[in-house]
Amino acid sequence: MSGLATGFPILTLLTVLPLAGAAVALCSGKHARGVALITTLASLALALVVWAEWTRFPVIGGYGFIEQHTWAPSLAIEYHLGVDGLSALMLVLSAIVTLMSVDAAHRVHHQPELYFGLVLVLESGLFGSFTALNFFHWFLFWELSLIPAFFLIKLWGGARRGPAATQFFVYTMAGSVALLVAFLAIFVATGSMDFGQLAFLASTGALEPMVTAHLGPVMLWLAIGVLAGFAVKVPMFPFHTWLPAAYAEAPSPVTMLLTGAMSKMGVYGLLRIAIPIFGHQISQIRTPLLVLAVATVVMGAWAAAAQKDLKRIFAYSSVNHLGYCLLAIFALAVPAAGTAAQTSQAMALNGVILQMFNHGITAAALFWFVAMMQQRTGGHRGIDQFGGLRKPAPVLTGLMGIALFSSLGLPGLNGFVGEFLIFRGVFSLAWVAATVSVLGLLVTATVILTVIQKVFWGPVANHCEGFPDLHHNERMALIPVIGLMFLVGLVPSLIVDSVNPTVLNLLAHWRF
Amino acid sequence: MNYADLFRVTLPETALEVAALIVLIVDLGFLHKAALKVRVTVAALLGVVGCGAALWAIGIQVGLGLYVDESPVLAIGGGVAVAQIGILVLTALTFLLLIDLDFTRHVGEYVAVVLMAATGGLLIASAQDLLVIFVGLELLSLGLYILTAFSKGSGKSAEAAMKYYLFGGMSAAFLLFGFSYFYGLSGTTNLFGIQQAIWKSGPSVLFFVAWILVVAGLGFKVAAVPFHLWAPDTYEGAPASSAAFIASVSKVASFALLISLSNSWLRIGERSWSGTLLTGTLLTFLVLAAASMIVGNLAALAQVSVRRLVAYSAIAHAGYILLGIAFIPGISGPGTKSDLASPVWVETAVLYYILTYGLTTIGAFGVVSVVERATGSDRLDSFRGLHKRNPLLAAVLLVLFLSLAGIPPLVGFWAKFNLFAAVLGVSAGAVPFGLVALAVALSAVSLYYYLQVLKRAYVMPAIDESPIKAHPVTMAVLLFIAATVVILGCFPALLQGWIQSFYPIP
Amino acid sequence: MLAWAIYLSFAGALAEALLPKGRAALSRWLALAVAVAGLAVAVAGYWAGIGQGRVTIVDLAWVPSMGIHFLLAADGISRVLVLLTGIAAVAGVLFSWNIELRTNEFFAFFLALIGGVYGVFLSFDFFLLFVFYEIAIVPKYFLIAIWGSTRREYAAMKLAIYSFAGSAMVLIGLLAAYTTAGSHSTTLDALAHAGLPLSFQFWCFPLVFVGFAILAGMWPFHTWAPTGHVAAPTAASMLLAGVVMKLGAYGCLRVAIGLFPRGLDPWGFSLLGIASWRDVFALLAVIGIVYGALVALAQTDFKFVIGYSSVSHMGFVLLGLMTLNQIGMTGAVLQMFSHGIIAGLLFAIVGRIVYDRTHTRQFAELEKMHLAKRLPFAAWAFVVAGVASMGLPGFSGFVAELQVLVGAWQVNPWWVAAAGVGIVVGVAYTWRALQKAFFADVLPTPNEHPRTGWPKFEPITWPEVTGVALLGATSLIVGLWPSILLDTIEPAVKALLAGGVQ
Repeated sequence: MSGLATGFPILTLLTVLPLAGAAVALCSGKHARGVALITTLASLALALVVWAEWTRFPVIGGYGFIEQHTWAPSLAIEYHLGVDGLSALMLVLSAIVTLMSVDAAHRVHHQPELYFGLVLVLESGLFGSFTALNFFHWFLFWELSLIPAFFLIKLWGGARRGPAATQFFVYTMAGSVALLVAFLAIFVATGSMDFGQLAFLASTGALEPMVTAHLGPVMLWLAIGVLAGFAVKVPMFPFHTWLPAAYAEAPSPVTMLLTGAMSKMGVYGLLRIAIPIFGHQISQIRTPLLVLAVATVVMGAWAAAAQKDLKRIFAYSSVNHLGYCLLAIFALAVPAAGTAAQTSQAMALNGVILQMFNHGITAAALFWFVAMMQQRTGGHRGIDQFGGLRKPAPVLTGLMGIALFSSLGLPGLNGFVGEFLIFRGVFSLAWVAATVSVLGLLVTATVILTVIQKVFWGPVANHCEGFPDLHHNERMALIPVIGLMFLVGLVPSLIVDSVNPTVLNLLAHWRF
Repeated sequence: MNYADLFRVTLPETALEVAALIVLIVDLGFLHKAALKVRVTVAALLGVVGCGAALWAIGIQVGLGLYVDESPVLAIGGGVAVAQIGILVLTALTFLLLIDLDFTRHVGEYVAVVLMAATGGLLIASAQDLLVIFVGLELLSLGLYILTAFSKGSGKSAEAAMKYYLFGGMSAAFLLFGFSYFYGLSGTTNLFGIQQAIWKSGPSVLFFVAWILVVAGLGFKVAAVPFHLWAPDTYEGAPASSAAFIASVSKVASFALLISLSNSWLRIGERSWSGTLLTGTLLTFLVLAAASMIVGNLAALAQVSVRRLVAYSAIAHAGYILLGIAFIPGISGPGTKSDLASPVWVETAVLYYILTYGLTTIGAFGVVSVVERATGSDRLDSFRGLHKRNPLLAAVLLVLFLSLAGIPPLVGFWAKFNLFAAVLGVSAGAVPFGLVALAVALSAVSLYYYLQVLKRAYVMPAIDESPIKAHPVTMAVLLFIAATVVILGCFPALLQGWIQSFYPIP
Repeated sequence: MLAWAIYLSFAGALAEALLPKGRAALSRWLALAVAVAGLAVAVAGYWAGIGQGRVTIVDLAWVPSMGIHFLLAADGISRVLVLLTGIAAVAGVLFSWNIELRTNEFFAFFLALIGGVYGVFLSFDFFLLFVFYEIAIVPKYFLIAIWGSTRREYAAMKLAIYSFAGSAMVLIGLLAAYTTAGSHSTTLDALAHAGLPLSFQFWCFPLVFVGFAILAGMWPFHTWAPTGHVAAPTAASMLLAGVVMKLGAYGCLRVAIGLFPRGLDPWGFSLLGIASWRDVFALLAVIGIVYGALVALAQTDFKFVIGYSSVSHMGFVLLGLMTLNQIGMTGAVLQMFSHGIIAGLLFAIVGRIVYDRTHTRQFAELEKMHLAKRLPFAAWAFVVAGVASMGLPGFSGFVAELQVLVGAWQVNPWWVAAAGVGIVVGVAYTWRALQKAFFADVLPTPNEHPRTGWPKFEPITWPEVTGVALLGATSLIVGLWPSILLDTIEPAVKALLAGGVQ
């Protein structure tokens, strides 16, 4: 494409575009949704361009589309952006999920301009944190995304939104503080805030001695601090308690954003920041971390089984699905891997990235369906409040069923691929953890099937008699998503091919 | 003694006396039947002219002072001239503020007594001999007692005058007693002669006794603690212009006298630094200074009458000035000396302080008298809402009181800074430093009570909202004083340079 | 050229004092014109000064016999703080647009205060600095005593006496330094190079430092601040917290540290781990940070929260000064600027936008007023101000606090730990205030609920919008491009440190 060279600040444009859109949306009154739709479509287009083209131009240190300017030299703060396969995919995911969320939110009665403005600011925060290569810049967008999320829950949420929003904010803030302190310490010891430089120092083994020389034997504590920050976001057991309330009380389109994109910030952070820089320390505490990951998987599934509220079921199920990512990440933290282990590592990492993408799409879709169900029944979302929907709403049943099966991990759909690769990899690297996690798979299957059975089959529940099926617009919006699920499920190489080089590159530089 | 010399040296005093006689003649003779206003205007103008003549006389003074048998009796030039000029200017201002006098029908006598008291002031400023000091002091004091009692219709005035007179008489007796011992010790009544004699013979118990007696007498004059008890009553009871005169002119004169004493007697031990003589005489001044500062400031905090507040603040200011006077000769010890600091730095600083303080005080009394006239009392509450009732007057009050508190860029601040810098500049050690620190700290305290008056004037709502009228001449004089305070504060080099020009270049 | 800021302000003050009563509109516009002119001078001076070191503006022999100079000059630190004053002045005038009582006197005192503040930041002669420092005290008294609210007379007097006591300490230090140095000159350069003996500096430094630190709100001399800020009218609180407290910190830096750097050296003995004045004041700063934050958390009056938060944020400034390294002190100066803007914004919202309409500052009452719906502008402005105050990246406070922490770490990690606690508590109390005042969903009881619907508040006026925009934009711009200010501050701090402060 003409005009696109590494000199063109496409990443900055991508990050700023939603902000501009937000400004316009704030002035648009009831046309705000239209503005938001246009902006998210444009962002999706740009994100796809980035994803497709990032390797075409000179790739430095594994990153493309690099933009680097000094910002505040005394603190080693730079404006440093770049993408590799992982971030590009996340950009696309964020764009898709945001588009879905905006599409789903077609009945915002109360101050829609503010609502969509906040959503767009959140999207900008996502883009910013996925493209940042310098801590300050990354942290800025990490924090920045908190604010719109908080207000979206607080102002448009359900009955118990106040405490849910506060808990969300407090937990995430606490995690951020831990991150900040750890990175300040790193800066004091090394004088750098650049992820690339720090990763290089870690991979040559020079980082820990530097830190110890300046600050004493605190490297492990710093690692734990950083992990804590991300553990809250993903979330990992036992820092997950904010999630069910926040997901349940937030309006469903917002939950789509939270689960589809924001949770991926945590996993991305682990991959981009925690492992490259603190890999060695993570491998030292690998076992406890694996325990926690397994706990996340299993507990998430069990808890989902115990819920009666559809949103809470899917919320806990999200915890479970992301637990697999954690499992894989910690499993591949094996020092001095032999070639066999390296293959497993590559598989696991590919699996993680795929799972991030797939879970994002699927979970967002699921919450979209819940939103539609709520709208049609005046707010009902309890699993027992529905029944026999396949009769009045066959299309809905069909599409939602596909999404549910994807979440279950049925081969042929996208949910399977990621989980398959993860388990393939993890079995070789940490077979005990993998075995226990299979429990999670089984329980999840039970949960999903129960949902299908209770909601779609059986006698038609009272108020589901006149349950309207999907409109034309809704079908048009959802079919591409479902199509994507099939596409990725059947032809995973579409994504794997672009991600695998990055995976190998990352693994080559990680030192455990 | 040469009478031509006497005439030359005492020309200013003569001018004042002549003016006094003229005023009496004109007022009692020609204007006997005229309206009060006319009589007041004429008398005041004649008084001002008399002061002007005296100033001119100072201006043309040349040569040395008056000597009798080789010892100086009256000095001219230098600090003496500065003090005398100050006395005359302040007296003139007092006359101008007299314009709307209404407390007595004896106008001529009043003005004449003022002039005669001013003459006494001029004498003690230049006196170098004990007898002359005493004569001048009595001339000044008797005049002041009379001026205090002048408001015959006011019981307070009579009571205040009585207290003043009794107290003053007693302290004059102490003073004379002390002088007689000094004569006994040295065989001469000349200040420097006494200095030489005592330096030769060394310290003795009699010297210290005499010293204490003299300090008591003079401490009364400047209202230093513990000889200050007359001041609040006198400031409160005397008619406004008398109080203004007492607070300004008599202070200037008395402090000028103290400067002379400090120059002569405090230098007694100069050649031997460790002389107990020096530390003994210095110590009395320091104790007086510290006590005045403390008592004056603390007592002022509790006052509800503005006149008494000004009285106690006057006591406090006397403390600061005494601190300066104590260090006029400086303590030469190990420590830095400045080449900028001439030997007379402290003396010029003290003169600067007393002149500007006198000016500010006259202005303050001017404002108080206007408010009193309109509201009938000088309580704090009568100042309420002044900014509405007479904005110009309130502005003058603001400037003057902030200057007294020592807020820059007004002259009061500069005077304090200059004085303290001079004290520390010529003396080293913990004692001068400690006292300066005390003085600064107490200055901070003083802001509280000055703000109390300003709070009434600007912040608190008025009890009575009717406008307060002041005589145009009074307003003009007050504005002139306020403007001077501001200008001298912003350009301190003006007055500083003028004072220093009287001293020979070292 | 920067000196014109001073002259214009005082001229404006005089003009305002002479305006006839009852011409409130004329008064306001004149004040705005003068403030904007001052800001223009500040910006122009800042621009012209980029890349320059110290520039002398005016140097007249004021009292030659004593070596006192009317010396106005500007280095990087001065220019930044003058810029802050300009912005705060304009914002202050905008937020006082609704004052009807004795309008011209209000602006006369206001402009006199601004003039004094400009003067302090531009003076490089100790005596001149002191004169301007004192000039600023009296207008504060009257601004609070006449136009203030809760217990204004008491608060005004307390503030005046505390300030005056602090400046008395500074005066003693000035006299001592001047005379010990030989009474040659009072310029800062002369005194700094006079070779004042170590024993002298050991007691003169804490005296002068504490004298200035009182005005900076250092614990435990801070008690005038919350009372004073709460009692003051909005513009006065904005100036007090935003600019006047910075006078104290500036004095600590320029005068105390600049003239008596040896006073920070170790004493030679150690008492409970404290071995120098630097340790003492750093400890007090840290206590201030934490104490201010904890007390703010417990307040029931909205304005008191902001008042105590000012004490806490100023603790950061003082801590940064005590690090005595490049990054810490740069952070301290940046924090002076940042907090000046943010505090101004917070007080403006609480005082002008909320209090003037709701006539209450108690959380218990505000909770029931549904302010997020009825005053959305105030709610969102407070969100912005609140996150800036918390130190969220993207706003000016983050970079400043980061630098202070890094600088502090290089000296003593415990300081950082305590300061970190302060930051966390800071998030908490800001959050609490935000929730309780604007986003609480407390429904009033039936008899509190207005039957005829909520009464409308007065609409938000253009001066309020402009003021919020000005302050918010400044904090955001500095947060995103800190080098705008850092490029000017860093060389100046370097020069100061090279001048003997180690």
